[in-house]
Amino acid sequence: MSSELENLYQQIILDHAKRRVGQGSTDPASGAGSVPEEEPAAGSPVAGALATGALATGASHQLNPICGDELTLRVWIADSRIKRVVWEGAGCAISMASASVLTELVSGETRDDMMEQLDRFRELMRSRGTIVPDEEVLGDAAAFAGVSRFPARVKCAMLAWVALEEAVLAANC
Amino acid sequence: MPILSAPSHPLSDEEVGRIRNDFPLLANELNGRPLIYLDSGATSQNPISVMEAEQEYYEQRNAAVHRGAHSLAVEATDAYEFARTTVASFIGASPDEIVFTSNATEALNLVAYSLSNASLGLGGDAARPYALGPGDSIVVTEMEHHANLIPWQELAARTGASLRYIPVDDDGALRLEEAASVIDGSTKLLAFTHVSNVLGIINPVAELVSLARGVGALTVLDACQSVPHLPLDVAAVDVDFVAFSGHKMLGPTGIGALYGRAKHLHAMPPFLTGGSMITTVTMERAEYLPPPARFEAGTQRISQAVALGSAVNYLAETGMDRIEEWERLLGERLVVGLEAIDGIRVLGPRSGQPRIGLAAFDVDGVHAHDVGQYLDSRGIAVRVGHHCAQPLHRRLGLTASTRASTYLYNTTDEVDAFLTAVAEVRSFFGAAASGVSA
Repeated sequence: MSSELENLYQQIILDHAKRRVGQGSTDPASGAGSVPEEEPAAGSPVAGALATGALATGASHQLNPICGDELTLRVWIADSRIKRVVWEGAGCAISMASASVLTELVSGETRDDMMEQLDRFRELMRSRGTIVPDEEVLGDAAAFAGVSRFPARVKCAMLAWVALEEAVLAANC
Repeated sequence: MPILSAPSHPLSDEEVGRIRNDFPLLANELNGRPLIYLDSGATSQNPISVMEAEQEYYEQRNAAVHRGAHSLAVEATDAYEFARTTVASFIGASPDEIVFTSNATEALNLVAYSLSNASLGLGGDAARPYALGPGDSIVVTEMEHHANLIPWQELAARTGASLRYIPVDDDGALRLEEAASVIDGSTKLLAFTHVSNVLGIINPVAELVSLARGVGALTVLDACQSVPHLPLDVAAVDVDFVAFSGHKMLGPTGIGALYGRAKHLHAMPPFLTGGSMITTVTMERAEYLPPPARFEAGTQRISQAVALGSAVNYLAETGMDRIEEWERLLGERLVVGLEAIDGIRVLGPRSGQPRIGLAAFDVDGVHAHDVGQYLDSRGIAVRVGHHCAQPLHRRLGLTASTRASTYLYNTTDEVDAFLTAVAEVRSFFGAAASGVSA
């Protein structure tokens, strides 16, 4: 089998394409989302934020017009920290795995750290294979390095990240 | 021009092997493997003769056509008009019924905008029968390529006419029993595809034209997937307009054609306006040339038209009957092979039913984009996505599919190699064990 193909479809990507961490209803009233998130204990920062209305949420719908793939992502932010990410959509292994990896990676991160991860991921995707990814920052998302050699697939990998960026801006915090 | 007579014996892998020598690109490799090009439904490859015709035009005859008194301009004009005659003969039309456009999309928009202009009162008394307004309807089908849907949506929006469609059944076939009620006394125009670019199905032109004629509606045929692959005689199909693209029939990009029945083209107002399409111009108004010049404003795609003429000659010399028969064989081989693979759903007609050499399919558990990527790694070029037919995919419960489409230069070995690779896809992506079902 072509090593280029296996470089693109790393096992971690194929696994995430099936596991789909974070896939669920993005209806703000819904409690869905597969990120483990215990009910906020009374007195916890999240509960406090909820009580004060400081838990902000934003969503974004992204469409890849080339293939018709769609993805909606919702993010909850409190105290400048990503509390939860939920997404729903249909797409190729690359786009679904990217949404899943992103959910695991950014959940619990500060907003600034998440933006740093986004910038690094975008830089990696635009590199046409010239950048060695920093696994310290990107974690499992580093597995997408091979995608940058396939310009036609970069949009697939970026779909969830662009949605995250817009959702965070929409949360306006 | 006389259409050269083609041999009568059927095409074979051996003869296709010789045909392939005329197409330099087909000898290339893709990702380290021999290229298997199965995307001719999107764009076809060019024989050397077509590329040489364009080069020869630029080396020997290049000048502006229909203007200038110098000999070179006369030669360029002759070459351009000879190409028109060649294309017209190919589909049984008169040369003045052929308007060169940049592609089929522009050809369809030309009709839509001309009717739109007629609806604004342009074109005088002659154009009045072509006006649409509230209470009128435009009918399309649910399987249309966006190019034969959106221009009519826009025409409806501009004129106040309503847009209706003939639905398809679960296999993608048009529901003709419903067509008879969708097309009614309000219908001014019926636009439909001859051959679906997703399903490969050949629509019943005669029945649809009969329904339209019965209510006095104009008929527009999207022939992008038929003119390149089977013999088409506009007199026999009896439609009012036919649109097709050069780059899907061995020609270059940037050239297509609209056939329009002479009486319509004579009565309809222009779409694009400017130089080369007028008789008398004052500061206030202009009078227009008869068709086809009326619809060819500005300097035209001369070298592309010349090359399209060369492509038509190549097809005619090979024989459209033989091409149709060969691709019917390849199409059947595609579908029989795909139906035998676990987890594959072929869109459109089942094996044994008529289709051109084109098959779109869904792979259970694997997105079309990933299927296409896998095939690409095996040197196989196919189309993935919605193929510019989102409503049809939605109707079939899909957002995307994978499509293999053949042409006269594809061999049975290529189809078999494609089928072998498709059978490996689900196991690679962990959707199923590899192999062909019993």
